[in-house]
Amino acid sequence: MSNFEIVAREDFSDVTYLLEVRHPLMAKAARPGQFVIVMSHEHGERIPLTIADFDQVKGTITLVIQAVGKTTREMQQVCKLGTTLYAIVGPMGVPSPISHAKKVVCVGGGLGVAPMFPQARAFKESGAYVIGVVGFRNKDLVFWEDKFRACCDEFIICTDDGSAGIKGLVTEGIRQAIEKHPDIDEVVAIGPPVMMKGCAEATRAHKIKTMVSLNPLMVDGTGMCGGCRVKIGDEVKFACVDGPDFDGHLVDFDDLMTRLRRYTKEERMALDHWEQSCRLQKEIDAAAQAALLAR
Amino acid sequence: MAKKKTIRTIPQERTPMLEQDPRARAKNFEEVSYGYRLQDAMREAERCLLCPDQPCIAGCPVGIDIPSFIEKIGKKDLRGAYDVITATSLLPAICGRVCPQENQCEGVCTVGESLEAVAIGRLERFVGDAAIAEGWANIPYIEPNGFKVGIVGSGPAGIACAADMAKAGCDVTVFEAFHQPGGVLRYGIPDFRLPNEVIDAEIGKLVGLGVRFECNTLVGRLFTIEQMIGEMGFSAVFVGTGAGYPTMLGIPGDSLNGVLSANELLTRCNLMRAKEFPNYDTPLPIGKRVAVIGSGNTAMDAMRVSLRLGSEKVYCIYRRSKAEAPARAEEVHHAEEEGVEFHWLTNPVAVLDDGKGGVRGMTCIKMELGEPDDSGRRRPVPVEGSEFDFECDVIVYAIGTNANPIMGQTSKLKLNKWGYIATDEHLATSVAGVFAGGDIVTGAATVIEAMGAGRRAAASMKAYLGIRDSNLPYVVPDESGILFGIPLRERNFARVRVA
Ligand SMILES: Cc1cc2nc3c(=O)[nH]c(=O)nc-3n(C[C@H](O)[C@H](O)[C@H](O)COP(=O)(O)OP(=O)(O)OC[C@H]3O[C@@H](n4cnc5c(N)ncnc54)[C@H](O)[C@@H]3O)c2cc1C
Ligand SMILES: Cc1cc2nc3c(=O)[nH]c(=O)nc-3n(C[C@H](O)[C@H](O)[C@H](O)COP(=O)(O)OP(=O)(O)OC[C@H]3O[C@@H](n4cnc5c(N)ncnc54)[C@H](O)[C@@H]3O)c2cc1C
Ligand code: FES
Repeated sequence: MSNFEIVAREDFSDVTYLLEVRHPLMAKAARPGQFVIVMSHEHGERIPLTIADFDQVKGTITLVIQAVGKTTREMQQVCKLGTTLYAIVGPMGVPSPISHAKKVVCVGGGLGVAPMFPQARAFKESGAYVIGVVGFRNKDLVFWEDKFRACCDEFIICTDDGSAGIKGLVTEGIRQAIEKHPDIDEVVAIGPPVMMKGCAEATRAHKIKTMVSLNPLMVDGTGMCGGCRVKIGDEVKFACVDGPDFDGHLVDFDDLMTRLRRYTKEERMALDHWEQSCRLQKEIDAAAQAALLAR
Repeated sequence: MAKKKTIRTIPQERTPMLEQDPRARAKNFEEVSYGYRLQDAMREAERCLLCPDQPCIAGCPVGIDIPSFIEKIGKKDLRGAYDVITATSLLPAICGRVCPQENQCEGVCTVGESLEAVAIGRLERFVGDAAIAEGWANIPYIEPNGFKVGIVGSGPAGIACAADMAKAGCDVTVFEAFHQPGGVLRYGIPDFRLPNEVIDAEIGKLVGLGVRFECNTLVGRLFTIEQMIGEMGFSAVFVGTGAGYPTMLGIPGDSLNGVLSANELLTRCNLMRAKEFPNYDTPLPIGKRVAVIGSGNTAMDAMRVSLRLGSEKVYCIYRRSKAEAPARAEEVHHAEEEGVEFHWLTNPVAVLDDGKGGVRGMTCIKMELGEPDDSGRRRPVPVEGSEFDFECDVIVYAIGTNANPIMGQTSKLKLNKWGYIATDEHLATSVAGVFAGGDIVTGAATVIEAMGAGRRAAASMKAYLGIRDSNLPYVVPDESGILFGIPLRERNFARVRVA
């Protein structure tokens, strides 16, 4: 398998972008909650990204990416329409168990809205009453509102500054939903670890089953290295093959957050190194341009 | 006719192999051993008595006709030696480097009863390297038989099975989850033991046989084994997905940053080239003081990689004694030479937290050997009150692996009680047309055993499909360039393709 072409790209903000990649087999195989591992070029790192949508007819999968470090920023620059990715493998992980819950709350925080979408849609298709709760820092960062809303029976949008929907975190949205519906069977939450931790705490007292999707650092994604290990209750699990979905009430989020900081120093170095070479490249281009003009 | 050799007439000492100086090589990723030169190989070949018992052949998991290839080396007929080896083994340049010869062919060598055994592994490597340098490949005429065969995993088991099925005339595709083929050969065993060029060359030969490699393909998830023999139209499938799933110790502090499996360290370093960070994007934790737990090949590789990455101190912590260390003898010896500090009869009890999520050190306990256990090895038991702490900032676990769960999660293949794929004596699984072999059946073993399993599975597959090998001889171009009386350059053999 090679030649993974980018057939569509959309920029939601200056840090969030969408890539639609042609991969007919994957589009057929993908299920909600699964992810891929991408290498943008031969020297690149293998980074895990959730499959935010898949279209069997077009034979494509969709990734929504936040530019946070070297690889995701570089991809933001180079992954243009018509370019190809060096490698993409998946769909990885155990598909989300779309339970027979009658009433579910689907929570997406920030970028987590994208990976949450296929699950919300699957719950809707299986006949559940779906309450969507999405959270963003402010109105400008909102994306996929219509798409998400379309598969929800109720939809609550939260922003930190109140510039859209209710002012507050997604946990506020969950609180409102629980208050209004005493019969919620399940809450599913995807977002930054702190947010998922907050969601699990918000539902614990109500004893509502809460599933979260964990995002530890990964290498192979096939269960071979143990880099993605997470603590679930008393057990150690490998998120890439045993997850990525786990019972939020059992997850040790502090452990997850500590482990995410493993390579902070090296990540900084990689970013600096890359920015340095980008600057150099710019100077070279400028000098070449100047030389051309001088002639 | 030459006089019959006896133990007293042969060179008494094993011919040494040129190696990089230990202190220099502990700082680079160049290959440690340079291999024999022709004169070295011929001298070593002299040491083989060509004894009638030939215990070495029985000692080889794939039964290479060792005395005959050595005899050919003695006659400077390297091409002939290569043909003898490749009649049974596929990857001499690899196996000569990584087989645990001391437990196999060399362990039973007749010369070894009174002197040092004949260096069979070094001779095999010599022939394998000569073949790569000369571009030899034994490509038989292949008549397509219309069968499509799928291989899952491109480690030694998958490669060996693929080669045999391709030679039998099947249309073979190998599916690999990683972006490069080779399995442990690629991601596990470091460059200084097995250079990438050697793997590329050996895989190149398979491509020459018409085998297709599809990387970036996670079988089970992208499509299932059942789909392969169903709608995808494969007549038979071989599963060689390797062991994977590293074991953690389960002691306090296991999840601290700075504790990682040898597989993670080695994959980052070898496959992802983290040693060239930041020119390659993947980072790697480089400890000042690294403790590696375990004493197998994987542990030795982790230690020697750490030294090369610039760690000041590298310790080996093993609960049994040196005699029980499962690594190849040569690797332990090399690690010692390069400056690894060995702590035998020592077992970790807890990893110590530095208060910031990282590792400050480790508490260990001294062990002593007690009664023999089921494996016949004396069981290590802790010495009460002998706990002690020492400083380190990276801890690498190399204490074995469990079965990878993906095949079990995604297919109806029956597993055994440890989670490995269950097979009968012909390596057939519970699903008709699906065979399995290598580490995913036996648990972590060796390259040559995995290759042997791949070949045995291929034999069963051929029986299952009702095909026989076209028993045509390999093409052996002689020096004159004339074969069967026809000049090779002008020949137009209907049924023979020359590599
Ligand atoms: C199963 C899974 C699904 C994911 N899905 C998505 C997705 O759909 N969209 C998306 O944008 N990101 C997703 N991520 C996170 C994504 O993999 C990381 O953001 C990416 O690897 C960062 O690479 P980088 O080189 O750009 O940043 P780095 O320089 O490596 O890291 C920059 C910062 O990002 C954090 N980070 C690094 N790796 C991860 C990680 N694996 N998870 C969370 N934070 C990380 C670091 O702690 C650091 O603070 C997912 C991760 C996992 C494990
Ligand atoms: C660090 C290390 C050093 C070693 N040193 C030695 C040595 O010196 N001598 C020796 O004899 N042995 C050594 N061994 C052991 C030896 O390498 C293994 O026994 C041997 O490689 C097993 O071969 P295999 O073909 O069964 O599996 P592997 O070599 O593990 O190959 C399996 C392949 O299948 C792929 N795969 C897995 N799941 C899937 C899937 N679902 N879809 C597609 N592809 C998949 C994997 O990515 C991998 O490439 C060492 C092992 C390690 C880890
Ligand atoms: S990423 Fe390596 S085991 Fe999960």
